[in-house]
Amino acid sequence: MLNLLFHTQMSLGLGQAAVVALLAILVAQFAGRRGAKIGREIPLVLLRGIVQILLVGFLIVILLRGPWWTSIPVLIVMIFIAATIVRRRVPELPGAYKLSLLCMAAGAGGVLTVMTLLGIVEPKIIILIPVGSMVIAQNMNIQSLFLNRFLGEVRSHRGEIESALALGAAPDHAAEPYLQASFHASLIPATDNLRSLGIVWIPGMMAGMVLSGTSPLYAALYQFVILSMIFIAGAVSCLTATYLVPRRIFTPQQQLRRLI
Amino acid sequence: MFSPATSTPLPQLNWPHDLPGQTLTTNAAVLEARDLSRAVDQTGGPKSLLHAVSLVLDQGQVLAVLGPSGAGKSTLLRMLNRLDEPTSGTVLLEGIDTRTMDPRTLRRRIGMVMQQPYLFPGVAAANVRYGPAQHGIVLNDAQVTDLIQQVGMGGYEDRDVATLSGGEAQRISIARALANQPQVLLLDEPTSALDDVSKQDVERLLASLVRERNMTCVWVTHDVAQARRVSDLVLRLEAGQAVAFGTTQEQLHA
Repeated sequence: MLNLLFHTQMSLGLGQAAVVALLAILVAQFAGRRGAKIGREIPLVLLRGIVQILLVGFLIVILLRGPWWTSIPVLIVMIFIAATIVRRRVPELPGAYKLSLLCMAAGAGGVLTVMTLLGIVEPKIIILIPVGSMVIAQNMNIQSLFLNRFLGEVRSHRGEIESALALGAAPDHAAEPYLQASFHASLIPATDNLRSLGIVWIPGMMAGMVLSGTSPLYAALYQFVILSMIFIAGAVSCLTATYLVPRRIFTPQQQLRRLI
Repeated sequence: MFSPATSTPLPQLNWPHDLPGQTLTTNAAVLEARDLSRAVDQTGGPKSLLHAVSLVLDQGQVLAVLGPSGAGKSTLLRMLNRLDEPTSGTVLLEGIDTRTMDPRTLRRRIGMVMQQPYLFPGVAAANVRYGPAQHGIVLNDAQVTDLIQQVGMGGYEDRDVATLSGGEAQRISIARALANQPQVLLLDEPTSALDDVSKQDVERLLASLVRERNMTCVWVTHDVAQARRVSDLVLRLEAGQAVAFGTTQEQLHA
């Protein structure tokens, strides 16, 4: 129906965005009446989202004209921004920004570098930026889940952790069960995505590739590659965090800090 | 009820003689605190939790720390095994400043039983083995059975701790603390979360274990009658200040 009203690709896109934004606001208003506190937040979130994604669109238009390596600083900036978002999820954790940055550099950064060197991800801007952003964004979510869950575990098991310390356990060992639980929980979405791939959902990237004329079989394989990369990056970043995060919650005298 | 200790020997730990660069002062008190203070940062300025508290305990003495909630009893206890850091003051274990010790070694030598047992998921025996395992010592089955019998829980070695009652869990937590063969035992209101029957049982058990092993003990309680029954010395705290320190006889007219 919309294509009858809009005759250029850009105007159609704007029309589609406006309709879904209006629907989202409407749903948020209804939800607000049922007590969900999202009514005021949603219009701002939608506006922010569309401005950000349009800016990225413009940036990609500019970048596509440059050499492939210009995607590297773009991806690095994305990791820095992702680390600030993770820090906001766990403001009570000392040094959360540096920790998240290191973990995501090891996870998303490491995986993207290795995959590019192996030729699994082609060193082209048109591939590196969208694939890289998917890996970084999912890595950010996994990292947030990990740290959020871990701090929750520490708060609710403070007695057990201090009992272990009082028996002479090393801080890393005292925190180990809660690191393991957080590691497992944070990777559940990425694992479930792999498990349900093609059965419960057909990811957007694969759908996009098929729509743009790529062979569905190649698109399916490529989607599997991307989801595996997301899983590997998440696992590496959480693994890195299991080594680094105990230093943030224990003092040098091996006391458990008070987390507000 | 409480079963007497069997003859199975526990591994002999060579502390404190093995600690590098530290000489045991033979005539020193076992545990001493000098002007121990702790303050925490809060909005509106630092808040004093404990101010200039001193105490001296010899081998086998039991000190009851009495005071209302918020008096600083647990804060004092947690500074003795360095679960909390003093803002100022010194803790000496056999004459050695505890700040010069590795916290893990210190906590093996100064055991602690908390108000809640906080047992680790699994069976009772695994909990008892936990402390020694942190220091590379593996207790054999006979040693574990001995410790569990000492707290009157014979036959409970393979019981899942999730199925234990409050009193039973506290007994296992006592066995877990004793497994490290501590010189000093810190008891942070160990009976206050228990029902009346368990409270009496656990109190009797702890009192007899401490006397039998001639352990130096700091027992935090808000129960004056309990302090009268179990202690040799009494320290009264109010609003973070020591208001009285002396023998139980003179302080509580026992």
